[in-house]
Amino acid sequence: MAGSEPAATAVAPPDTVKILIAGGFGVGKTTMVGSVSEIVPLRTEESLTVAGLGIDDLDGIEKKRATTVALDFGRITISRELVLYLFGTPGQQRFWFMWNDLAIGALGAVVLIDVRRPESSFGAIDFFERRGIPFVVGVNGFHGEHPYPPEAIRDALALPEHVPVLLCDARERESCRDVLIALIDQLIAAAVEADRGGGDDGGGGLTRRGR
Amino acid sequence: MPALAREVAADNSTGRLVRPFTLTGGRTRPSRADFTLITTLTAVDPPPVRAPRPQPEQARILRRCAEPIAVAELAAHLDLPVSVVVIMLCDLLEAGLITAHPPHPVSPRSPDLDLLQKVRDSLGRL
Repeated sequence: MAGSEPAATAVAPPDTVKILIAGGFGVGKTTMVGSVSEIVPLRTEESLTVAGLGIDDLDGIEKKRATTVALDFGRITISRELVLYLFGTPGQQRFWFMWNDLAIGALGAVVLIDVRRPESSFGAIDFFERRGIPFVVGVNGFHGEHPYPPEAIRDALALPEHVPVLLCDARERESCRDVLIALIDQLIAAAVEADRGGGDDGGGGLTRRGR
Repeated sequence: MPALAREVAADNSTGRLVRPFTLTGGRTRPSRADFTLITTLTAVDPPPVRAPRPQPEQARILRRCAEPIAVAELAAHLDLPVSVVVIMLCDLLEAGLITAHPPHPVSPRSPDLDLLQKVRDSLGRL
């Protein structure tokens, strides 16, 4: 019958999944997205009205004004049926409420750390930990330099053992790929575990620490 | 008023925060929440017979959706805020001019091992 349930197009739309690339402002998120993306990173903007929000570092921002939050993202086509998107989260503290929306449905996250100012990524770690979203930590060595071994960084950040810490260089494709693979391996290990566990008694959840 | 649409299209970043909503008839919220950043859109081809004639901005979207495209990519190409694009997408969806394919569901409680393995293999080839 004409006109009922149109067969959309010849091309079936792919399934899509996403991974977040998080961390403090200027830590190398967009660089990392660009290193592994098959497209030049795209920028999409969201206009918002920021009404104070009770945050103290609104340097120079009026009490209430429209502002724009930019998201940089890239794409990796896994197959004709599956496409992976990488989203850089907005790095400025006052836009974190946007992360909630972004985090919904994400496979997991990479938290990038700048060894020169790791505290700028503490918030990102807290965010994913609290929500039980699996993540790995990538230590972005600027100019490829890594003054600290991963274990020292793990201790300094008080990261639980199941969170992988990798030294990386956000400018290098292979390096970024390895960070993403570490995340997926962590997810696979958890999936296998959950499978084996069967009877789900809470199973010690992937990213939960004892409260 | 096609002049308005043209003005927005030709816009060079001045006053951008307000004007895009003229494309949505002043609405700032979508009528339905079907659209995530990675929802995939495809123009229905041929369009339904009874569908209303698309506005210029809608026609621009439909051209971009000839092949499946994610909401975030569409917004980036149109250089419009996602929230504005989503409102226009709602109209197109209701008019039967596009279809929306939701993202692969991700549940931490029941991880999809097969999917993860595919992603893993593909990254390994990067």
